[in-house]
Amino acid sequence: MAARGPGSRAGNSRFAQFKLVLLGESAVGKSSLVLRFVKDQFDDYRESTIGAAFLTQTISLDDSTTVKFEIWDTAGQERYKSLAPMYYRNANCAVVVYDITQASSLDKAKAWVKELQRQANENIIIALAGNKLDLVTEQPDKRAIPAADAEAYAREAGLLFFETSAKTSENVKELFTAIAKKLPLDQAGPRNPRSGPRAGVDLRPEAPGTQGAGACSC
Amino acid sequence: MDEIAPEYDVVVLGTGLTECVLSGVLSVKGKKVLHIDRNDHYGGEAASVNIEALFKKYGNYNKGEEPWKKYGRANDWNIDLVPKLLMSSGELTNILVSTDVTRYLEFKQVAGSYVQQGAGAKATVAKVPSDAGEALRSSLMGIFEKRRMKSFIEWIGTFDIANSADHKGLNISTCTMKDVYDKFGLEAGTRDFIGHAMALYQTDAYITEKGRAPETIERIRLYGNSVARYGKSPYIYPLYGLGELPQGFARLSAIYGGTYMLNTNVDEILYDGKKAVGIKATMVNGHEPGKDMKFETKAGKILGDPSYFQDKVQVTGHVLKAICILNHPLAGTNDNDSCQLIIPQSQVGRKNDIYIAVVSSAHSVCPKGYYIAIVSTIAETTANHHLELAPGFERLGRIEEKFLGPPIPLYEPLENGANDNIFISKSYDATSHFETTTDDVKDIYLRAEGQPLVVEGLREGTNLVGED
Repeated sequence: MAARGPGSRAGNSRFAQFKLVLLGESAVGKSSLVLRFVKDQFDDYRESTIGAAFLTQTISLDDSTTVKFEIWDTAGQERYKSLAPMYYRNANCAVVVYDITQASSLDKAKAWVKELQRQANENIIIALAGNKLDLVTEQPDKRAIPAADAEAYAREAGLLFFETSAKTSENVKELFTAIAKKLPLDQAGPRNPRSGPRAGVDLRPEAPGTQGAGACSC
Repeated sequence: MDEIAPEYDVVVLGTGLTECVLSGVLSVKGKKVLHIDRNDHYGGEAASVNIEALFKKYGNYNKGEEPWKKYGRANDWNIDLVPKLLMSSGELTNILVSTDVTRYLEFKQVAGSYVQQGAGAKATVAKVPSDAGEALRSSLMGIFEKRRMKSFIEWIGTFDIANSADHKGLNISTCTMKDVYDKFGLEAGTRDFIGHAMALYQTDAYITEKGRAPETIERIRLYGNSVARYGKSPYIYPLYGLGELPQGFARLSAIYGGTYMLNTNVDEILYDGKKAVGIKATMVNGHEPGKDMKFETKAGKILGDPSYFQDKVQVTGHVLKAICILNHPLAGTNDNDSCQLIIPQSQVGRKNDIYIAVVSSAHSVCPKGYYIAIVSTIAETTANHHLELAPGFERLGRIEEKFLGPPIPLYEPLENGANDNIFISKSYDATSHFETTTDDVKDIYLRAEGQPLVVEGLREGTNLVGED
């Protein structure tokens, strides 16, 4: 479940798991980006997020380095500004999405970046993704936000920046790979209690070391 | 901003734990849920707040001062407003597992469960024995009493209500718990810690009321099973505080299509005759005051906590509670990072027990070096409430900060909802765990849905978790 952060080393291979959260206005394509990344699927008429809100995907950076993303979707709770603090808690990285055909969506994205800086870990890695690149490729006059403007903002705010298309998959893998490369794979020692070896108890009945509701051991 | 749908199956008011579990379950079962809270945060009365918010809530500082500043970053604090712990084999744990909400939470054990014997200068604190072996090592009993206790605990462990041959000649469903204790020849002090520290009764009424033996035995078994699950104590606790629990269930609901609105006032409940059929509400936009969003929607039924229905609830009692910040563990608790300590009523001349729940930085609820201790009991007087909690304060030693408000009224609904289509929860009571909360969840579900809530199997066929 929780992000493990800087990971384990077995022989020469490295494996690390990180919590990634998605943010952005409704209908900019947050879930679509994740579905493309995780399942390589796209659905033109996808409804507001229902059901798939906890996905994982693994990226191999090289022969010996694997990064696993544990991806949290907003589950629609951003719609009326009702995201819970739990959502931001221990997020290692975030993708803030806007729609390059909707002028107001970049302003919303900037507000989400501010919210992240207020609520999340101070060294969270943030990527800005201008989605729906396919619409502009077909009809250039649909573009409402020049790439240069968004890129300038991203540079100033210290964010990774990509224009993406969940529909054609353009730059989707690149986006997540760039994040993976920026994550502190080598940093010694976990920063937060959720990283590293699990400190707490595992409630799941199938988990080893738990006895479930067996006979009373009185 | 998106339009609110014209109609929901269920409108839920208040994001306390009871309400969030219900919305989560109802959403998973396919109901269209709108969940509203007037506050800007999740949890209602069951929220966890940071230390600045706590000071502001209690107002115990002079104007112009900022006393929270000496306690580090405010957001490193998650202080529970309700002092409760989870029984590790209790029903809330079962619901968390059955719904996979455990995915969003991490739990730690509470390191020990203790009971006080004696009072004042003579008071001693001892670990509550949870199995026969611990009973034999306990300082709570003399050597012969330990053997009697051991045989009692062993009997409880194998007790089967259907097997009357093993009921020691008692008619277990009609006898009293006193009859059971008498059979084993247990001393008064032993009965005290069994009833109060293991069965977790807050008064002695259970001893002499006929027919309460099976329930008492069940409660002792729950305690034993919960200790057996992870050891140390029967309790577990979520990292970052109890406020994570409603958030986790709210997320579950949202994933299954539940709509969430904080900062939203309910202006009016709409009725058709006697039955509630909808609400008028306003989502307040704090940043742009002119931009509040007023809306109206129909509701198949309305669920909510008592604060939304002041004219439909009654007060059944008052809880006294003091939240204390310490910079040391409790004396006599083995320097544990957390514990529960129960002061049985009989030891300090009261009718109701005093509870102390302690958590610390080990649970990510405060910076390193601090401990949060909540002292609570049921009010027995109408004035000088700090005196009622005094035996608890004596156990704490030096207190850095004490937040003590007026007695907290406990509400319960006047009606079951059949007439007005409004299903109201109870307040979080004075018990130390969530068993009565989950009883209330099940009761509301039965009243509102007309069938018992079955959580087992809820996660089957759900797609909460992507493939690993």
